[in-house]
Amino acid sequence: MQAEIINNHQINHHPHEDSSSKIIFGFWIYIMSDCILFASIFATYAVLHNNTYGGPPARELFSMPYVLIETFILLTSSFTYGLAMLALHKMDKRQVLAWLVVTFLLGASFLVMELKEFVQLMHEGNSWQRSGFLSAFFTLVGTHGLHVASGLLWMLVLMMQVTLRGINSTTTVKLTCLSLFWHFLDIVWIFVFTIVYLMGAI
Amino acid sequence: MISHHNTTDTYGSGHGTYKSYIIGFILSIMLTIIPYSIVVNHLFTKTYIILSIVVLGVIQLLVQLVFFLHLSSESKPRWNLTAFLFTVLIVAILVIGAIWIMDNLDYNMMH
Repeated sequence: MQAEIINNHQINHHPHEDSSSKIIFGFWIYIMSDCILFASIFATYAVLHNNTYGGPPARELFSMPYVLIETFILLTSSFTYGLAMLALHKMDKRQVLAWLVVTFLLGASFLVMELKEFVQLMHEGNSWQRSGFLSAFFTLVGTHGLHVASGLLWMLVLMMQVTLRGINSTTTVKLTCLSLFWHFLDIVWIFVFTIVYLMGAI
Repeated sequence: MISHHNTTDTYGSGHGTYKSYIIGFILSIMLTIIPYSIVVNHLFTKTYIILSIVVLGVIQLLVQLVFFLHLSSESKPRWNLTAFLFTVLIVAILVIGAIWIMDNLDYNMMH
């Protein structure tokens, strides 16, 4: 009898927990479908990367130290978001907000660097209209940049919510989903860095 | 109230510690610098450069999955890991299949 009660108690202990972990799992499924989107674009890039149509190939276009700095910035932002998550589990609102601001600034500088690279390429007459290779390049890196931009917007909204409502089960779930998204973007960038920039530079 | 009393939940999304984030960060920086210097300094012949940066890229992926996304966290059902492995399969079919088919097409157009 007593064991049964304890058992029952354990099952119904945290009704919240089950629904929030379901939300997080659902978001994970979305990220997996986003992986397939990126895989299609990577496959397109792999097929088209030699079709330069007389235009410049990858190794003449990109500045490697510039891309290395971009990569470091994004890696660091992934790390600082992790620190925000640790502060979240300590229920330390000020620290959560502080690390989110740092992450936001790093993400924003990454995006600005990416856009500057795009503007420079287009200025030199190497826009997506130049060749199949450049179409694939702009599609791939642009899609990643668009994801980073929406992640930044989401982060801004969550910073507002944490400021106004504090840390509760709703903001915890939302911040966890964004953490998955942010680390995922970091992983996608590692592939962009390896396949587009490093392999392009050989 | 807020449910964060254990490190993993039913669907397998755990969270890390300071140590795991710092280890992950240092490893991922190293795994960026090493392939970068291999490519910039042309350390090997072309085939070996491609092979080494692909291998290092895959290690980088695993490091980020384990230390940032905590995919290895102990949890019973591990549905997120199952979903991930299925995605890996789909991605492999998609990318390898696309390259294979287009290569064949290219070959048949040229000969």
